[in-house]
Amino acid sequence: MKLLESRRSALAAAALAVVAVAVAAPLVGPAPVDLERVWAGVSPDAEIFYYARLPRVLLALVAGGALAVTGVLFQALVRDALADPYVLGVAGGASLGAVLAICFGWSGGAGVSGVWLAASAGAAAALLLVLAIATQGGRMSSFTLLLAGITINSICAAAILFLHNIVEFSRSFVVLRWLMGGTQPVEYSTVGWLALVGAAVLVVTMYRARDWNLLAVGEEWAAARGVAVQRLMMTGFIAGSLLTGAVTAITGPIGFVGLIVPHALRLRWGADHRFLIPAAFLAGAAFLAVCDTVARTVMAPAEIPVGVITAMLGGPFFIALLRSRRRSLWL
Amino acid sequence: MKTLYEVAGLAMRYDGVTVLDVASLRFTAGEMVSVVGPNGAGKSTLLGIMAGLKTGYAGSCRFGEREVKDWPRRPFARAVSFVPQTLRLEFPFTAEQVVLMGRTPYCDGLFEAPEDHEAVERAMETTDTLAFRGRDFRTLSGGERQRVVLAAALAQEPRVLLLDEPTTFLDVKHQFGIQEILRGLSRDGGVLVVAATHDLNQAAAYSDRVVVLDRGRVVADGAPGEALRPDVLERVFGVAARVETMEDGLLWIRFGTGPRGEARP
Repeated sequence: MKLLESRRSALAAAALAVVAVAVAAPLVGPAPVDLERVWAGVSPDAEIFYYARLPRVLLALVAGGALAVTGVLFQALVRDALADPYVLGVAGGASLGAVLAICFGWSGGAGVSGVWLAASAGAAAALLLVLAIATQGGRMSSFTLLLAGITINSICAAAILFLHNIVEFSRSFVVLRWLMGGTQPVEYSTVGWLALVGAAVLVVTMYRARDWNLLAVGEEWAAARGVAVQRLMMTGFIAGSLLTGAVTAITGPIGFVGLIVPHALRLRWGADHRFLIPAAFLAGAAFLAVCDTVARTVMAPAEIPVGVITAMLGGPFFIALLRSRRRSLWL
Repeated sequence: MKTLYEVAGLAMRYDGVTVLDVASLRFTAGEMVSVVGPNGAGKSTLLGIMAGLKTGYAGSCRFGEREVKDWPRRPFARAVSFVPQTLRLEFPFTAEQVVLMGRTPYCDGLFEAPEDHEAVERAMETTDTLAFRGRDFRTLSGGERQRVVLAAALAQEPRVLLLDEPTTFLDVKHQFGIQEILRGLSRDGGVLVVAATHDLNQAAAYSDRVVVLDRGRVVADGAPGEALRPDVLERVFGVAARVETMEDGLLWIRFGTGPRGEARP
């Protein structure tokens, strides 16, 4: 591990891991796939690789990266290492939208699913609502932001419970399955759009990564050193929420990624956001893609919700990481 | 010397309660000023306004040619540095990373320039913090943290240094060390140093000037001998006070009367 001492080599290693997972994960699954036959375009290997598995792996990569980066941003924003991408209300809104669509059988149109449309609308509504509650006279308070997010999440959760209770059994199962979160084979264009949003958020936040360090210390600390705190907070909240909203509308809520990945990185390489933001994207991507591969293979042909795997793999790993530190610095 | 701050009719209210109401104050370059007064006298509020952190004030607090709240943040941060009383970190930044944050108003891109690292090196050397530069800030003792935070302010290379109780958590040796650093900055560097403090003896020993605040108002302002008079202290702090001049010319302030310092005369 001496090699990974420096942040630069850690970043390079994470990038390599992402590439390795992107190539290796689609080869793994109940039906054997041979890379040479895929390359030659031989059926059915090529179809399985290109249409069933690769889009799903790519989705897991982008979603994992997005959740981990949003975790980093929101944790700095509310200065709490236990904040996750969902804490500011977006997951609640997206879930309520999706559940409404499932319960009332909205079918959508123009090639987009009604569930996805409703989940996106729900995420956007939650974002605007939290923004409206947390800003006063153009100023945003991170404390109110947190409270507003938690409140919106609770209200949405109550509404979901209500809907889940009154809806017929077959739909109630679909609701439950959606709330567990998970990836599925999607169109390449969907992954492409998601990747575009993710890249935009990365560029915007990396550009100000130095200022994020100061914000992670405190609002006054940053303001007294010339950081445009309000603008930074607003950008971080909106960028993070848009990204999480877009991901959640497709995958449903997937826990632990946005919590564990930033934390593990900080424990070993410190809190410098110039490293943390790109590293979280890469590590989160690789982590979720691996978890997703496990989710669809261990009990094949049955699938386990990927959220179960992230928690079961990530949880113990996280505990081990915490215990391995000689000084307990976590709380 | 050049006037840096000009305060006139400055008032701050929270929920209808006036916490600061200063008719007139002026601070010039190279001065070393202590702001003293009981809890709730408005010391932190005054410093916060001067640091540009509390902008909801009424009246006027001008820095240079402009009102403090009208200054663009970055140029202001190159001129004025604020040292908070405590800094609590949630995340594992090292001491050196915290000091590097002081260079933010000079950094345009993502990374620091060599001169930024030189400034950090000097600041950490001055504050005696180089020995633990690589350690997690959260594992440092209270006094070590306070010196790191001061180092961050020094790395900012400001013309004005505003400090909220800079020596509260320090041991005796480092209290004197910090006071010597501050005095050096004001004497040799022409830096205006304004510190809120509860330690009247240190204020008397090191300041050129003492401002006494009571319930938001300035009740005395002048050289330590003029401002720290027994009658002023008794009225402001509500405790009997004696002020003696020692043989080396320094003032010695003692509260209470009798062998155990009973509060009332």
